[in-house]
Amino acid sequence: MGDAVSAPSAPGSQASASLPAGDVPQTKPLGLWADSWRRLKRNKVAIIGLVIISIFLVIGAAEVVATDVVHVNLAPYNPNAVNYKLTPHGLGSPPSLAHPFGTDYLGRDIFSRTLVATRISLLIGIIAVAIALTIGLALGPVSGYYGGAIDSVIMRLADIFFAYPYILFVLLIMTVLGPGFRNVFIAIGILSWATYARLVRGTVLSIKTMEYIEAARAQGASDLRIIFRHVLPNSMAPVYVAIAMGIGGAIVTEAALSFLGIGIQPPNASWGSMISDYLSYFFAGRWWMELFPSVALVLTVFGFISFGNGLRDATDPKLKE
Amino acid sequence: MAERLLDVKDLSTHFFTHAGVVRAVNGVSFSLARGETLGIVGESGSGKTVAALSVMRLVPDPPGKIVAGEITLKGRDLLALKEEEMRHVRGNDIAMIFQDPMTSLNPVFKIGDQIAETIQVHQGKSKREAWQMATALLAKVGIPDAERRVNEYPFEYSGGMRQRAMIAMAISCNPDILIADEPTTALDVTIQAQIMDVIREMQAQYQSGVIMITHDLGVVAQMADRVMVMYGGRTIEYGPVDEVYYNPHQPYTWGLLGSLPRLDESKKQRLTPIKGQPPNLLLLPPGCPFSGRCPYEREVCRGAFPETEIVGPEHGVNCWIPLDERLEIRANLPRFAARVA
Repeated sequence: MGDAVSAPSAPGSQASASLPAGDVPQTKPLGLWADSWRRLKRNKVAIIGLVIISIFLVIGAAEVVATDVVHVNLAPYNPNAVNYKLTPHGLGSPPSLAHPFGTDYLGRDIFSRTLVATRISLLIGIIAVAIALTIGLALGPVSGYYGGAIDSVIMRLADIFFAYPYILFVLLIMTVLGPGFRNVFIAIGILSWATYARLVRGTVLSIKTMEYIEAARAQGASDLRIIFRHVLPNSMAPVYVAIAMGIGGAIVTEAALSFLGIGIQPPNASWGSMISDYLSYFFAGRWWMELFPSVALVLTVFGFISFGNGLRDATDPKLKE
Repeated sequence: MAERLLDVKDLSTHFFTHAGVVRAVNGVSFSLARGETLGIVGESGSGKTVAALSVMRLVPDPPGKIVAGEITLKGRDLLALKEEEMRHVRGNDIAMIFQDPMTSLNPVFKIGDQIAETIQVHQGKSKREAWQMATALLAKVGIPDAERRVNEYPFEYSGGMRQRAMIAMAISCNPDILIADEPTTALDVTIQAQIMDVIREMQAQYQSGVIMITHDLGVVAQMADRVMVMYGGRTIEYGPVDEVYYNPHQPYTWGLLGSLPRLDESKKQRLTPIKGQPPNLLLLPPGCPFSGRCPYEREVCRGAFPETEIVGPEHGVNCWIPLDERLEIRANLPRFAARVA
């Protein structure tokens, strides 16, 4: 934008990747993100992951708008509406045209429930990671940059969080806070900050010895400015990966909590609570109740993790060709 | 005489490490006037960089500490300033050009961002104004097509261009003092000359005082008005460049000049290296730091560091060898024989 001197019709500015290395392209040089994206595009698994995430994110966003903003039901049926006609012998009915994912033991539409649960799973994943990230990115860089006593205190605190078995710790917090949607992401959020703090601290330790940090100090930049403007952006690549992985992890944790019965409370659906709820019917041969929420969960988590992996490779400057 | 910008008196900076106290700088004094260039020469570990960093109070603390001395910038005592006030001095009154331009620019920001940031911080300009100034500065230090180049990242710049960008950054707030810490060590010889030209032009334009830290005596001869020779954290000889080069008094200065090839010598001459290693700053000898390596060393040299002796106009030397004896030794050195005669 505002580029007064654009090269006269550069041959395919988009496809600069195919230019031989010896050639000096007169196109606009690739920025950091454009360059990473170029490499990410070549990683098929990461792109599949990105497509899966995008689909679920679109569904989740639509659900959030529908449920929380305009209050309409996007699903074909009311996900919590009980219909005994659809559950002969209380064992649900298999997939059909009217109910593509079948119905559960109360005659509720599995498709609608799975769809609605997307909102809860993604919200928990994203908000929990956002909480963890906020705490982690505030404490981690400060810890790494100042070192000394501040570092020791923050890192020992992180150690405590790491030392407890994760699920047990979440259970403990959930017991204190009480079950429910909001408390799930608060619990996961405050418990996973240590991962980010430690990660960022590590990279900050190496970045802060760089000469450009000293140069910034010689230019009169304040500590805060150096930490959050010069050090942090250089330390973020592993964090983006951790975010992608962390969202997947938080979704699994929510599923585990709901499976244990302290997450999302009935009749509301989350993938974990559905998996837990329908488990016994799976062993009775009523596979569709269990299959669809499980597939949704596995796909989403797979999507986040494979995208995270691809992102790590794409943003790692050491892997630059 | 031009306005006195900087006065450093008896500066001592030590590093308190696990292995012991590293006495990097021990009682060094120097001053700088407007428009003047002071060269600080010495080998690696002689304390020249730490002395410069001390002036900016950028010595990492811990483990480093300025243990004694006075640093006065235009009448202001820098050591008494709060960190907050010191920050306004850095970049604004004193700016620094670093040794390695390849690593001194932040890789995630555009060149323009990095120059504009300093301007925004110190002069409270808007982002747009700061960017315009950044573009103008880049053009001034000789970056072609600055309009476009200002939007590029450091990795798209060559070494020489990065050093030019560093200079643009350093002069962006029109500092009184420019400290150049071996600004050309990491560059090609051909680029070195260009960078020196840029620094000289900028100095002429802004009337800054320049402190040029280097181990390249050629650079000092070309750039500096006065020179200070450091060894083992001490100043052992200082004076106007011509004085020190043509009338050197310290055996270490002889050694430095003797280890340089000369172009005006017709017959083949072997370079004379200085024997031995620079002293370990953890275990500095109590006397002259050059004792132990000095070929003319005597008993007294190991006892205490000699007082400064004035041997010419603004030319001081710290050496225990008596003046007449010193001149006699020098007259017999092949290197200086011709010139002294």
